[in-house]
Order: sequence, then C-alpha cells, then structure tokens
Amino acid sequence: MMPQNECCYRLNHLDRSWDIDVYMANGGYEIWKKVLAGELDPQEIIEEVKTSGIRGRGGAGFPTGLKWSFMNRLAPGDKYILCNSDEGEPGTFKDRDIMRYNPHQLVEGMMIAGYVIGATAGYNYIRGEFWEPYKRFDNAINQAREAGLLGKNILGSGFDFDLYTHLGAGAYICGEETALVESIEGKKGQPRFKPPFPASYGLYGKPTTINNTETLASIPMILAKGGKWFADLGVENAGGTKCYAVSGHVEKPGNFEVRMGTPFKDLLDAAGGIWKGRELKCVIPGGASTAILPAEKAMAMNMDYDSIAKAGSFLGAGSVIIMDDQTDIVKVIENLSHFYWDESCGQCTPCREGTGWLYRVVKRIREGKGRPEDIESLKNVSGKIMGNVICGLGDAATIAMTSALEHYEHEFRHYIEHGCSIYDRQ
Amino acid sequence: MSSTAKNTKIITGDVKSRIDRWISNYPADQRQSAVMPALRIVQEVSGGYLTTELMDEIADYLEMPPIAVYEVATFYGNYEHQPVGEFKFCVCNSISCMLRGKDDIIAYLEKRLGVKVGEVTPDGKFSIKKVECLGACGGAPMMQLGKDYHENLTEEYLDKLITELE
Repeated sequence: MMPQNECCYRLNHLDRSWDIDVYMANGGYEIWKKVLAGELDPQEIIEEVKTSGIRGRGGAGFPTGLKWSFMNRLAPGDKYILCNSDEGEPGTFKDRDIMRYNPHQLVEGMMIAGYVIGATAGYNYIRGEFWEPYKRFDNAINQAREAGLLGKNILGSGFDFDLYTHLGAGAYICGEETALVESIEGKKGQPRFKPPFPASYGLYGKPTTINNTETLASIPMILAKGGKWFADLGVENAGGTKCYAVSGHVEKPGNFEVRMGTPFKDLLDAAGGIWKGRELKCVIPGGASTAILPAEKAMAMNMDYDSIAKAGSFLGAGSVIIMDDQTDIVKVIENLSHFYWDESCGQCTPCREGTGWLYRVVKRIREGKGRPEDIESLKNVSGKIMGNVICGLGDAATIAMTSALEHYEHEFRHYIEHGCSIYDRQ
Repeated sequence: MSSTAKNTKIITGDVKSRIDRWISNYPADQRQSAVMPALRIVQEVSGGYLTTELMDEIADYLEMPPIAVYEVATFYGNYEHQPVGEFKFCVCNSISCMLRGKDDIIAYLEKRLGVKVGEVTPDGKFSIKKVECLGACGGAPMMQLGKDYHENLTEEYLDKLITELE
C-alpha cells in the first residue's frame, strides 16, 4: 500500500474533522503559537519552506519560499495574503476537500504566510458555487477568532491579523491571480498586465502574495515536521505530497493525497482502475490546460513535475482525467474548446476570437460537416493565440488541441472524410 | 419619493444587514469590493434574477457608477438577467461530467421537465442551465441546485428529487 493522506488530507477520515477541537487535538495551531511567541522568525520560516521544495499547487508550480521572499515585510502600509480557492479547472476538485474537511489547516497556513510577509489581512477567494466549503472555512475563521488566534494583538503578541472570505460568482478566469485581485476589488475578473507583479502592486495597489489552497494548507505540516521531512516524501525537484483529483473513466473517482513521484499506474490502481473492464486510451494529467498523453506514455510516468514533463505534459493542478479506449477525442476537444471559449474574459483579441474559432471548427467537424482544410485551420489558429495573450487561458486553450492533433489527428480526419467517429464504424 | 416607490427598495432590513456584513470585510474606502455579494444577495431575494433597477440600487448603495455594476453583473456566470425557475438545475457541462454521461442527464431532465436548456416550465417552477466545471468531478455527472451539489446523478435520483420538489 502506498502511503496516503500525510499532509492536507491527514484529518479527513476523522469525525467532524473541520472543528477546531479536532484540529487542536492533532497538533493544530501549535506552529502559529510558536510564531506569535517569537520562536520562529519570518526568515527562518522562509528557509524551511524553501528546504521543503514545495511549489505552487495551483498549477504554475512556482517555488513558494521564493515567492514569499519577494515581499518586504517591513515596508510600511497594508499588505495582503490571498488564498486562491477559485477551483474551476475542469478535472480539479482537490481544494474543495481541504476546505470541507481540514479548513483549520488552511487557516493556520494563511496566518503563518500572512505573518511572514507582514500582511495586515488575508482573503480566501472561494468560488461562489462552493457553498459548503465556504461555510466550513468561514466557520473555521470564526472558531479561530473566538479562540483568540485571530484579530487584534493576537495572544498578546502585538501582531494584528484577520482573515475574510471573498466569494466568486462563476468565472474560471478569476483563478488567474491578477484577475482574482481585480475580482476582490469588485470588478470584472480580467487579468492585469505584468509587471508590476502583485508583490509590488496587488490588492488595492498594495503588496500582495497569492498562493493556492493546497500550498497554504501544507505550510503548518512543513513547519511542524521540518522542510526536510516534506522534501524527503517526494523526489528531486518535487518535494512533499500532492493531492491528485482523479476523474473520468475510473471505477472509484476521487481525491488521493500521495507522495510526489508516485507511479501513475499506482494512482490509477488507487482509483479502482479503468471502469467497465476497459483499457486506458489516454490521460490529461494536470487539468484541462495540460497536454493529453496516450496510455503508453502515461503508464511509464511518475506523478511529479519532471517525469510528467518528460512524458510530454505538465503536472498542473494534479487533475488527472482518465479516458477509456472508447473515448471519442474529437468530442473531448469540442467540450474543452467550448469551455475556453465560454470562459475567455474577452480582453485579448487572439483569445477572445481564437477560442471561438477553435470551438466552431471542432464543432463543425464533430457534426460531420468538417472540411479537409479544417485541421490546418485548427493548427493555424492555435499558433496565433499561443504567446500572444496576457494570461495563460488562451495558451491553455491551444494545448489540449495541439496535443490531440499530435496523437489523434486520424480521428479528426475520419470525421472529416466519413462524417462520423472512428467508433461509429460497423 | 412616494411611499410606494420607497417600499420597493430592496436594500433594507435583513438584506441591508447581510450586505453590510460583507462591506465590513473590506477596507472602509473599498465598498465596491462588496458588489459581488450584494448582487448575489439581491438576486436571491428577487426571484433569482437581476433587473436594471436592482443593479442601479446596488450602485447607489455602494457608491459606484451604475455601469461598473452592470459590467460585473454581466461578466460573472452566476448572475441572471432573465427569469429562471424557482428550482434552477445547473448541470455541469465540462469534460469529466461529459465522460460520465452528462449529455444523457441533460436529455433526461429536458424530457422529464418538458423544457429545453435555458427555458422555464410554464408554472415557473423549474429551469435547466448548462454550466462549466463546478469542481466536483469526482462525483460526475453532477449539478448544483440552490446552494447544494448533487453528485453521481442518475435518472432514478432525478426522478426522486423532482417528485419531492413538485
């Protein structure tokens, strides 16, 4: 049995794991109390986080310790720590279970991060549809406040810090950190041009750090057990555990927190294997924004940044979408293209127009009305979006498309030539 | 202002205090930050959709230009601008739900309720909406109804649910 649930999901099996009593009975808020007592200084914490090797769990994989070091905690004025719980990348549902079952560990992680960067307040941006996770997180904040762990002059330390929630309202783009900032400011969630980066000009124009839910929820454990402990759980260049959300054609879809570097096939086994006794056709390993990998490549890879990159894709948010050997790739791409077209914020012309082109052309192919030149059009439009937009959404829209054409162009051609899927042949 | 017009104000009493609680989460000079919760709360108590008058009242209350409220209200997918059913079935339309049969679920709902996606039943009770990934792919196919998620949907499950709501 591979080890599971060693960090973010460590309490999920307990009764009422979201209550402060359960959290505190399991070492909760011990690190926060140490921090407040002056036993752990910000520089020490940053070094420990760097040692842990943790990289941003939201998808970009940026080293967390390095990100925190960009903030000047002694600079005067307000500063903010933001948590990105706008979980909306198709295939991603890992942060939901952190907020539902272990919200206090996220609260403590946000407190510690807030202290390190010298923040006066923190906001957790939770997607608006996540009502249950929001209530659990909000309850955790209230319990922490009642316990005197949040607010003014916390436990007599002279440190003031408070946490709040901001609820989204149905816009995938707000998972992009500067769009998230705009959204908290009460505007359309359209990404900002960078630089300036949030560390110098973030929420309300103040220095701001934005981390993913899983990243922040890992911090208390990293500090409790040591950066080296965390690093050693994983592999080189990928420290620690990772919450993988496994969905699609498996017998037991769900979240699995396993060690970085776990073989893909072991993760697939944990999810009960391919459903209905079928075979694996392909995998999207990191969420809709990452390249599709055929079975033979996936079965040979391990679940860490470098191994997945070597296989030709990206770890992303760890959202593993499994497809069986009867999956129509053209239909998959039509669905993904629709998503990006629907969710494009409309700011950059190549993305706003290009995602619509991609969707309409794939839809036409899937409806049996494709033209021979359509495959070239898809490649051409993808090439014109990639790299010509402010944020990653437009690029992401082309990645699944490009990888699908790389591995399964014959399926598109079959639709164009015969007006139906390869699986429709008698 | 006539007393009738005054009575039609929505940001009053409980609605006002709910919005005020959100306003207090942000710095005092950043009332605009509460526009998203304000739109959600106002929509919730106004039959599930927003009108220009309601958005104007929010603009007034948060000291924002009305256009800034319209921009937000039309950007985010959860705000409605047309009547919806008392029970709005928001069915996930994204990849993991597609792989596990969301097309059949939508087709069944359309047949069972006698309306297409985007339509409302004549009694105003039900409507169906396709939404993008709701972040619960482990329970695919799934949907949102009010504040709750319903996962691992089957025709039998929907039958039971609809019968309870009818």
